[in-house]
Amino acid sequence: MATAQPTVTTRGKIFNRPTWTTGIGSWLTTVDHKRLGLLYICSAFLFMLLAAGEAGLIRLQLLTPTMKIVNPDHFNQLFTMHGVTMVFLAIMPLGIGLANYFVPLQIGARDLAFPRLNAFGYWIYALGGLMIYTSWFLGGAPDVGWFAYAPLTSLSHNPGLGVDFYMFGLFISGIGTTGTAMNLIVTIINMRAPGMTMMRVPVFTWMILIMSFMVIYAFPPLTIAFIEVILDRTFGTLFFVQEAGALPILWQHLFWIFGHPEVYIIILPAFGVISEIIPTFSRKSLFGYPVMILSGILIGFMGAAVWTHHMFTTGLGPVVNTAFSLTSFVIGIPTGIKIFNWLGTMWGGSIRFTTPIIYAIAFLITFTLGGITGIMLAMPTFDAQVHDTYFVVAHFHYVMGGGALLSYLGALYYWFPKMTGRMMSERLGKIAAVITVIGFHGIFFPQHIAGLLGMPRRIQTYPAGIGLELWNALSTMGSWLMGIGLILILINVIHGLTRGKRVGNDPWDARTLEWETSSPPPYYDFEVQPVVNSLDPLWARKHPDAMHVTPPAPDAGAKYDAGGVHIPGQSWYPFLASAAIMFGCYALMYDNFILAIVCGLFFIFTIFGWAFEGVGGHHVHFDGAKEHA
Amino acid sequence: MPMRWLRRALPVAFLAPLLAGCSLDGVQSIMSPAASIAREQHGLFMWTWYLSIPVMVGVFGVLIYVLFKYRRRKDDKMPDQSHGNPMTEVILTIVPIIIVIMVAVPSVRSIFRTQTVVQATSDDVVIHVTGYQWWWKFEYPQYGVTTANEMHIPAGKRVILQLNSGDVVHAFWAPRLAGKVDLIPNQDNRLWFDTDADIKDQDAGFDVYTGQCAELCLGAHAYMRFRVVVSEQDEFDDWVADFQQPTVATTATDPLVAQGRQLVATKGCIGCHNIGNYSEGMKFGQPQYPDLTNFGLRHTVGAAVLDATPENVATWIRDPQEVKPGTRMPTLWQASDPNRDQEAAAIAAYLLSLGVEGGTQAMAQASTGGN
Repeated sequence: MATAQPTVTTRGKIFNRPTWTTGIGSWLTTVDHKRLGLLYICSAFLFMLLAAGEAGLIRLQLLTPTMKIVNPDHFNQLFTMHGVTMVFLAIMPLGIGLANYFVPLQIGARDLAFPRLNAFGYWIYALGGLMIYTSWFLGGAPDVGWFAYAPLTSLSHNPGLGVDFYMFGLFISGIGTTGTAMNLIVTIINMRAPGMTMMRVPVFTWMILIMSFMVIYAFPPLTIAFIEVILDRTFGTLFFVQEAGALPILWQHLFWIFGHPEVYIIILPAFGVISEIIPTFSRKSLFGYPVMILSGILIGFMGAAVWTHHMFTTGLGPVVNTAFSLTSFVIGIPTGIKIFNWLGTMWGGSIRFTTPIIYAIAFLITFTLGGITGIMLAMPTFDAQVHDTYFVVAHFHYVMGGGALLSYLGALYYWFPKMTGRMMSERLGKIAAVITVIGFHGIFFPQHIAGLLGMPRRIQTYPAGIGLELWNALSTMGSWLMGIGLILILINVIHGLTRGKRVGNDPWDARTLEWETSSPPPYYDFEVQPVVNSLDPLWARKHPDAMHVTPPAPDAGAKYDAGGVHIPGQSWYPFLASAAIMFGCYALMYDNFILAIVCGLFFIFTIFGWAFEGVGGHHVHFDGAKEHA
Repeated sequence: MPMRWLRRALPVAFLAPLLAGCSLDGVQSIMSPAASIAREQHGLFMWTWYLSIPVMVGVFGVLIYVLFKYRRRKDDKMPDQSHGNPMTEVILTIVPIIIVIMVAVPSVRSIFRTQTVVQATSDDVVIHVTGYQWWWKFEYPQYGVTTANEMHIPAGKRVILQLNSGDVVHAFWAPRLAGKVDLIPNQDNRLWFDTDADIKDQDAGFDVYTGQCAELCLGAHAYMRFRVVVSEQDEFDDWVADFQQPTVATTATDPLVAQGRQLVATKGCIGCHNIGNYSEGMKFGQPQYPDLTNFGLRHTVGAAVLDATPENVATWIRDPQEVKPGTRMPTLWQASDPNRDQEAAAIAAYLLSLGVEGGTQAMAQASTGGN
């Protein structure tokens, strides 16, 4: 019933806009938000497996004080890569990938506002991450920690290429993140379905909107810091060379002005996921929707004003420490409110214990504990003890692993039927969830105690005989348990993809628009433009008597679809532009300036090609559009 | 259903070890403070810990109640689609605000008590601490004393540390005394604390506290440790006097010590390390390597990695990379060198005689590992 009508564009193009629908070419040139979302999610999970492997080696080395699994240099590389991968290449891209897939579906749009920019964002992230990982084979991975404090990164202290891989790789993947964030903002502001006011936008999408604004203010300082170190190392400037009188504390400020918002960039989409899962499986609207949104916005603002709580021990003085301690306490308030509101959502509901909500419950427990240690760490006096100890390691794994990662695993189970049209096994899912969560706490709970007993971070061995052996052994055993849990999840994914039960549009009895279209959604997302009359529009359509509904304008949807659904054309340029940037960075790293210039010229060519390749795409018309309820 | 049972048991299982955590004493434990600042830090932690118990009980209690009470039953009706309740919302907003205020007030008070810069008076002990990859230099400008990796301080005095770095960022962390402050190149940081007037380990006559670097500095970061020795004022004065006139065996009766004295020159040790009074009135070494003056008085070797027994010191000199992977200390002998063990033992014997009356073996090795 759908008929494609390619539009004619011929002016000034070098490649025809590709039209493959299958095969590797179709994936390299795709601009479809669902395909890019899947690419993001799959790449992020692959990177996460690598990071988990690195963590496994770290834990094995710390099993006893005398283990010799890796030498100190490799140990430094392992925890650096673990941190870099988890933060930049796994958990944050998971949030962005889920946003890519589900934001347009949740707001009733047919794609993101700038489909080619979206593709560019993915490719530059994937190639940047790949580039960092090639460092293992090209002279050693970066070994300076994910925070890469100056002057550890200066040439005199670190002549190897590892630091260059870190700087260039994260620099270019940051470009992609920023572009995608802008794309998401434009999409959410402009492309909502008729009737979807801002206070009817699903919470996940709202959190993505806040996250995207945070990306825009957080990444520039980091990019500046990267460029300064790149200039130091490649062209001999003196930003962070302490022999020339530089103040290395500058790096810490620039890094944490990015670094603390980054924590919320990672956790806000997770808050969004939890705010989708809990109402669905409680069969009840989110408790205090406006408060949830406002507290998210408050977190977004306050996230910019807490960065020096990572620097309480750098000697900034009591006044600065007091100011940033108080802002850090304040940010605990909206977070606490969110936890209370999730409990309030379940209160009076009808809770169905599926795998996603098990993750949501685990999230609530873990995140509350992480929040408590967070309040403790916001006290500079106490932080002067536990800063850079395993107490902090435990804290941020509770909020970022237990908070973000567990809720993304919940999201995987929750949205898997929508993405694939098949269910994962619920029984295996629950077993894997319980094992993973127990393993998680088994790893990180003992680390609180190890930290209090005097164990600093980032050490490949610890003093024997001061009481650390038991807690480290427990922690390592926990990592084995969590490893088993992750393997079971992987088996469940494969099982779900190949043998999972086929499901219809709405297997969970959910509330938001993405469950209205088929599973998996067609490339045009919605056959008919959805019209929104209330919060939780799908739920309101299923249960019109239970919700307060405003009647829509009679022709609201039809007006949007007057010219058919525009499907954007595929393009080679996002991929080529990303590749040009990546090879240019390799060239700069190896001081091959001629090749760098060639790559730069090719990059300019791809940008012009991108700009002038014409409109492309086609419109899809549906014969006899169905009347919408 | 085992699943449902687990969900309820989980929070309890995690509370039990938390409660047990109240008695976590140890030689490097934050929970065993032994000086003014560390007590303040510990007290603040205990306050928030007690405060967090009702929070956990409240949140997890409600969670367990909700999961049990509102689980889906066979005959379940559609729940009321309420969007919230303004009164509840206000209460739920006020509760975290109250909790935060209860933490913030004592926290801010203690910031100014512990972190305000104090001006040194003549009664205080001022120590310049410089971090190097991967050891600590302790200089006492009041007494003209320079030593490495082992800080001596008198009981009952205020100690003011001025912290700086010779290369990358380090962090001086003495958990039982004062917490930590970073050592940052081109920046002067301060840390102070009052030591207790009484010595806890009356048998030894002094207390030993451990600490280590807490900021990644690559290489041998994990082995960048130190000791703080707190002794009575007169013992401390003796220690200072020993440093001002180092005892050195120039004409040793022990042939091993005499051989060692030759070897520290021929093997190049004094190219990097100073040894006070090695040769009348001359200074050796370079500032970025540990000063070995009165080495015989030290409890440890290799930045507090090993106790300073003759065997350990010889092992360290013979094969530093084995003891402390990544160290800058060069390996002086080929593995095949037949003189290796004997010469290392001779250097160890000589070093351990430094500062010790009569040039004999080092002081008793009993007093390592704190009290």
